[in-house]
Amino acid sequence: MADPAPVPPPADARRSFLTKLMAMVGGGLATLTPVAAGVWMTLDPLRRKSSAASFLPITKLESVPDDGLPRQFPVIADRNDAWTGFAAEPIGAVYLRREQGSDTIEAVSATCPHAGCFIELDKRDRCFRCPCHNSVFTLDGGIVSPSPSPRTMDSLECEVRDGRVAVKWENYYSGIAEKVARP
Amino acid sequence: MSDAPAPHTRRGPLAKLADFFDDRTGYRAVVHEALYERVPGGARWRYVWGSSLVFAFITQMVTGLVLWSSYSASAQTAWESVYFIQHEMAGGWLVRGIHHVMAQAMVVLLALHLMQVVIDGAYRAPREVNFWLGLILMQLVLGMALTGYLLPWDQKGYWATRVATNLAGLVPLIGPSLQQLVVGGPDYGHHTLTRFFALHAGFLPGTLIAFLVVHLTLFRKHGLCAKQPITKPDCMFWPDQVLKDVVAMLAVLAVVLGVILLPAVRAMVEGRPIDPGELGAELGAPADPSQPYAAARPEWYFLFLFQFLKVFEGWGADGEFLGAIVVPGAVLGAMFLMPLIGRWKLGHRFNVLFTVAILVGAGLLTAMALREDYAAVWADREAYAHVEQLIEETGNDPEKIAAALGNDDTRIAEFRAEARELEAIRRSEAFFAAVEQAEADAHRAVELAGRPERIPPGGALELIRTDPLSQGPKLFAQHCSSCHAHVDPAAPEAAELLAASSAANLYRFGSAAWARGLLDPEQVAGPAYFGNTAHAEDDMVSYVTDDMSDRDSWSEEQIEAVAVALAAEAAVVGDESLDPAIVEQGRALMADEERCGSCHHAGDNETENGYAPDLAGWAGREWLIGIITNPNHERFYPETNDRMPSFGVAEEGGVPALSETQIGLIADWLRGEWYRGE
Ligand code: FES
Repeated sequence: MADPAPVPPPADARRSFLTKLMAMVGGGLATLTPVAAGVWMTLDPLRRKSSAASFLPITKLESVPDDGLPRQFPVIADRNDAWTGFAAEPIGAVYLRREQGSDTIEAVSATCPHAGCFIELDKRDRCFRCPCHNSVFTLDGGIVSPSPSPRTMDSLECEVRDGRVAVKWENYYSGIAEKVARP
Repeated sequence: MSDAPAPHTRRGPLAKLADFFDDRTGYRAVVHEALYERVPGGARWRYVWGSSLVFAFITQMVTGLVLWSSYSASAQTAWESVYFIQHEMAGGWLVRGIHHVMAQAMVVLLALHLMQVVIDGAYRAPREVNFWLGLILMQLVLGMALTGYLLPWDQKGYWATRVATNLAGLVPLIGPSLQQLVVGGPDYGHHTLTRFFALHAGFLPGTLIAFLVVHLTLFRKHGLCAKQPITKPDCMFWPDQVLKDVVAMLAVLAVVLGVILLPAVRAMVEGRPIDPGELGAELGAPADPSQPYAAARPEWYFLFLFQFLKVFEGWGADGEFLGAIVVPGAVLGAMFLMPLIGRWKLGHRFNVLFTVAILVGAGLLTAMALREDYAAVWADREAYAHVEQLIEETGNDPEKIAAALGNDDTRIAEFRAEARELEAIRRSEAFFAAVEQAEADAHRAVELAGRPERIPPGGALELIRTDPLSQGPKLFAQHCSSCHAHVDPAAPEAAELLAASSAANLYRFGSAAWARGLLDPEQVAGPAYFGNTAHAEDDMVSYVTDDMSDRDSWSEEQIEAVAVALAAEAAVVGDESLDPAIVEQGRALMADEERCGSCHHAGDNETENGYAPDLAGWAGREWLIGIITNPNHERFYPETNDRMPSFGVAEEGGVPALSETQIGLIADWLRGEWYRGE
């Protein structure tokens, strides 16, 4: 049923090479231009940085009882999500802990260093537990082995000034042994 | 065109029209070729998986396109539009249900198709390329399943996606950039949704269609790989095999519809009304990065990967890398090599064994994951009571435990093993609690979204963050519960909780029942009122215990009237039908400067605020907000405040512990003022 394959007429080899080359380059350019523009735009998220790490006010010192048991606090900050600006939104959570009679505070992020779930406090057993893959941490964020988590909970820099607690809020890459802040 | 009719036969107008098009397109030959494929050895049930998959994919395209037409991908509209589809649009639950369940059916069909191809050796020459195409198609389908899970932007999808994208960050070298590209920036938000949606509805299905066309073309080119040995005569694809395929499609559809309608059947059996929200795919509470979601699990068909991460417990970072990247990558790589391995004498057997091993392994991991989560269902909790007791007594101190067990190594080892089992049971219990909480949250979100005022422009999260019923308990737990209890005095755990509290029980604070307890000489100095506070020996307590118990100065009827009048000031939800006559009588007693009014300002008496809390508007919304904001205000306890912080007062240059909105939420929650659906 099909026609026999057309046989190209014999032609000037040099001219035919040029024709082929031009067709290929022209066609390539024509199709690659939109692709390149698309790739450029698709890569845009790589330019975006999370809000630079800064000290954010969390709470008052007296709101953290000095019983060595961590308390969870939301981290509130202005946040931009692409075109939407949120004023004073919870952007994460920290656990603050104060030893008896102490005026200093230890802060750890509630984000699990394993794969980013939300770590919860088990008051009864006095430890932290991640509900996702069962990582367990001590109250100061130390690792309880064996654990799926590659490192301890991420401690955050914490400042107490005039009875107010501020924490340097940062996000870290999960799943690796070192604590590396995201840009 | 050998079967073109002879020109002299008479033909009707329809046939002429068909001829017209056939002359110009040759469609008859195409249709003929499509339908009259020879099936060596006759039609068989084992050949139906491929067509069922195509059917499932077409179903997904149809339902997906319809869903697309009602879906809006952004952080403030995704959940909202899916809510609207599921709960308000005609047939929304059905279309979404089919899309959701058929996606799962597709994964099952993929596994069956793969098994059949491998067992029949259909990957061998000349079909290698088509086998590879099939593996690519499989990954595309799994990719669509993964990206689709996020689109409703509910807690479940959000947290599962966080884990999945964090794992993508582990890919060597490009991982972090890859993750950022997929997420659409450093944080999850609008662009995570728009990108996942573009992948889910555009890029992945587009690619899939392109590969599917090649896959099917090659399949027809090579012909069906018949099951050997051939014992029956050949037949044609149409209609013998097509009939079998159609039966299989209907079976798949029946299963899908069955899964969707099962809750309706259950509701009918139980005699409940059918709630369309229960049918088809569930919709959790809106995604909230600041709210933990302990019930985070991927879809069941990814549960084996989820469980696989736990297998490498204790391997540190290598474990996660192995579990999430290396092993799954190696398995997939090995599958790509199957056609090459199959050339070797024992290769086919190896391939079959390998595939079976993978599927069995995945099945086992899935079972393990489920067993862990559901351990509490079949565990005998009583059997661990002694373990629990010992842990509690010793504060889980290993030395004390060893001493309690007489330092006997075998007993200690036994105890350790039991303690581990107990922990697993408790984890499972925590999982159940989390699932229950998630369901309650989801239900509440839907209830709020269905209010006549609709969802505000800020999205459903705003609704939940301003809902006293959702936020009150959390705020109370965080800021109030270290002193105040909030427990129904009739509850079994009440005595223990009240003993542990150091301020009044605020359960139904402001109700007539609460006020009766306050005026009861037996209770006023108890733990539910002033017993555990600095007011335990104050004038109020002695007035109630001494004067009010003296029937010459206070009759029971008068005390009741005061309680009712207090409740009338508070006017909390649930106390709407107070007798106005009694209220009137009680108000007069309250204002009476010989009675309550000697210390309290109430009604229009002349007593000034400062010595005792104001009874005008007592426990009302404004009164509650006032005392939470600043208990040292002269309306409350300017001199005698025990320990209550001023939650709404900022120190110089600082922020108050609670915002106005938050204080309002606590007050409304205590007063029972929240939206109640029908
Ligand atoms: S995310 Fe916490 S254990 Fe995996």
